[in-house]
Amino acid sequence: MNFDFSDDQRLLQDAVRTMLADTSTSQAVREVLEGRASHSEAVWLNLIEMGAAAAAIPEQYGGAGLGYLELCLVAEEAGRHLAAVPLSSSFYLAAEAILRAGSDAQKQRWLPKIAGGELVATAALGSRERYRTPAPLAFDGATLTGTSPALVDGGIAGLAVLRVADDLVLVDLAGAGVSRRPVPTLDPTRPLAALHFDRTPAERLPAADAATNAATVAARVLDGAAVLLAFEQVGGAARILEATRDYSLERKAFGRQIGSFQALKHRMAEIYTAIELARVHAYYGAWALSSDAPELPKAAAAARVSATRAYVVAAEEGIELHGGIGFTWEMDCHLHYRRARHLGQLIGSEHAWRARLADELIKEAA
Amino acid sequence: MDFRDTPEEAAFRAEVRAWLEANGQKRSRPDEVFGEGLDDAARLAAAKAWQAKKAAAGYAAITWPKAAGGRGGTAMQQVIYQQEEAAFVVPGMIFEISIGMGLPTVMTWAAPELKARFLRPGLAGEEIWCQLFSEPGAGSDTGGVRTRAVREGDDWIVNGQKVWTSGAHFCDYGILLTRTDWDKPKQEGLTMFIVDMKAPGVEVRPIHQMSGDSEFNEVFFTDVRIPDTYRLGPECGGWKVMLSTLMQERLSVGGNLPTDLHEHLIALAQKCAWDERPAIEDDRVRARIADAYLQQKGVELVIARGLTAISKGKAPGPEMSITKLVAGKAMQDIAAFALELAGPEGMIGHEALGGDWRYMQRLWLGSPGARMGGGTDEILKNVIAERVLGLPGEIRTDRKIPFRDLERS
Repeated sequence: MNFDFSDDQRLLQDAVRTMLADTSTSQAVREVLEGRASHSEAVWLNLIEMGAAAAAIPEQYGGAGLGYLELCLVAEEAGRHLAAVPLSSSFYLAAEAILRAGSDAQKQRWLPKIAGGELVATAALGSRERYRTPAPLAFDGATLTGTSPALVDGGIAGLAVLRVADDLVLVDLAGAGVSRRPVPTLDPTRPLAALHFDRTPAERLPAADAATNAATVAARVLDGAAVLLAFEQVGGAARILEATRDYSLERKAFGRQIGSFQALKHRMAEIYTAIELARVHAYYGAWALSSDAPELPKAAAAARVSATRAYVVAAEEGIELHGGIGFTWEMDCHLHYRRARHLGQLIGSEHAWRARLADELIKEAA
Repeated sequence: MDFRDTPEEAAFRAEVRAWLEANGQKRSRPDEVFGEGLDDAARLAAAKAWQAKKAAAGYAAITWPKAAGGRGGTAMQQVIYQQEEAAFVVPGMIFEISIGMGLPTVMTWAAPELKARFLRPGLAGEEIWCQLFSEPGAGSDTGGVRTRAVREGDDWIVNGQKVWTSGAHFCDYGILLTRTDWDKPKQEGLTMFIVDMKAPGVEVRPIHQMSGDSEFNEVFFTDVRIPDTYRLGPECGGWKVMLSTLMQERLSVGGNLPTDLHEHLIALAQKCAWDERPAIEDDRVRARIADAYLQQKGVELVIARGLTAISKGKAPGPEMSITKLVAGKAMQDIAAFALELAGPEGMIGHEALGGDWRYMQRLWLGSPGARMGGGTDEILKNVIAERVLGLPGEIRTDRKIPFRDLERS
């Protein structure tokens, strides 16, 4: 029984943590929050140069060729330090879709550019919930027309992978007929843009196996992303709980440290418990992802639901337990409150993933 | 990350499995318990026979030193034995206090001749031990015990009452926490003894639990005479002795939650209708099935983290407390939801509603106890807050006051 990461994997995590502690500071995140930067460039360059972002991309495509367990730990640190970078868009989603369903030529052309940080990629692979818009995307086999309303990192991306009906479509965003418009967002540290396409050249990702359709590939990529995002969520949740704990030891009221009141102690114990349950589900998801186990859909959904819950609760209660000061712009509590919401909705809400988990469990019991 | 055994662990597992298959009886259905159809006396005799066989084969106390009658094995071997034994119909709780608390305390604190007297028969199941700490006025606050031991020559005379003693009605010996000095603050005036449960003046009365069962007892002591040689540790050193007893639980990895609860929910939901459709098709039901899985698999995986520590030769930390905190409440919530599946008819007892409801109905009635045994939810949250998160301890107003001056609880 060894339900833990290896020492080498932990060393990589420590290196990433040290780097992020220096670069992904509250000040750096606020540059993006307040619209002075599209992302934290120094953080992004470091993640690329360390081979951390491209940990799971094979060496033949310019990646570090380490694996998903390593990428999971990178994700945990990115979440912990609120890294304002296109890690999920480029690496958990777009690169994974190309790896799983792209042609050799597409992989050779795009993956080294993503791995090397030459371009940012984004993706919208579909979710069970959506806003009812009148004009969905249309793909005619060669060009793409329509609007993708909320692409994360859409303002800076050079490439997009989009789910259009029964296709996964690869679009070079430098191509003709692309227009972008920034969209105001509830978590400005992860900016959104609406992308409009007017007969923009695009190509299909021909799934490696002809029998594998876009829905199956998308589901598989989203399962992997669910696990990786769960690590970000667990990292962020643990960080805000620590900050809340530390503040409760500093702040005094009624003649005592507020952290000595059982009402606060018990609330923090409950948050800790929720985070640790999410953590083990995320670890189990990491195991399933890295070993391509048949348990992946179940493990990914469990990680997604528990980690979404844990981060949302830790962020909400983090503000409440801080009291009034937690409601100010200057404190970082709201950065977690916003990020928990962003991560929790990025690939569909917890409700959709809970339904997916139930589907898997009931199928298994039959 | 690898859920498989190491080669050494696999070899030990194979050895254990072969022994169990040659000597034990495989479970024929999940809820089969030891000694079904036997009366109490016959079940106890059968349990003792099993324990004797297990001890002779060296599996009764795997982690104990060989000199004390153990195997000198690792904690991981102990875990592997328990995992394998779970597939067999074996006596559950009967010897747990003996092996887990009573005998280790004797091993740590008793004189050599007493160890020679008690350890072997205890391991072999010839004598069974209980633990007598809790009292009506000392539950979570164990330091408040009022059972009085007064020195008289070479003996001590004990008067008082203990409560929530598992198995006292069939036990031969117990470890007994008493107050010997009323002028010292509460935790400093306590002394631990071995008590002969068949001695004159010991009276055991079963507690009728809300579930209808009687697993626990009240134990009354009236002028019970205990020789001073049965004292464990120094006079007024009882608190430290008790902590050493509870430390034995350090290597256990916490609360358990059955791993098939969501399957029970699925099976019952297939038999019920919500809004004239099978309940299993209702999204509210499906969401609760998913939540049940999240809790039980979560507990299982936290335990796997504890086992990983054990496998590496480390002790699991206080973070294992979350397993019991989650398991108790999850049991209650899942069982209650199972009953709700059938609406008004869900109140019909399983004797009339059907045997497949028995498990969840019993779980529902038993779960309030599971949430308290080994520490209430509230005590566990304090443990997590203080020992894991480093938050301040509770304010204690009774720490320096002589016990006799404390307001009686």
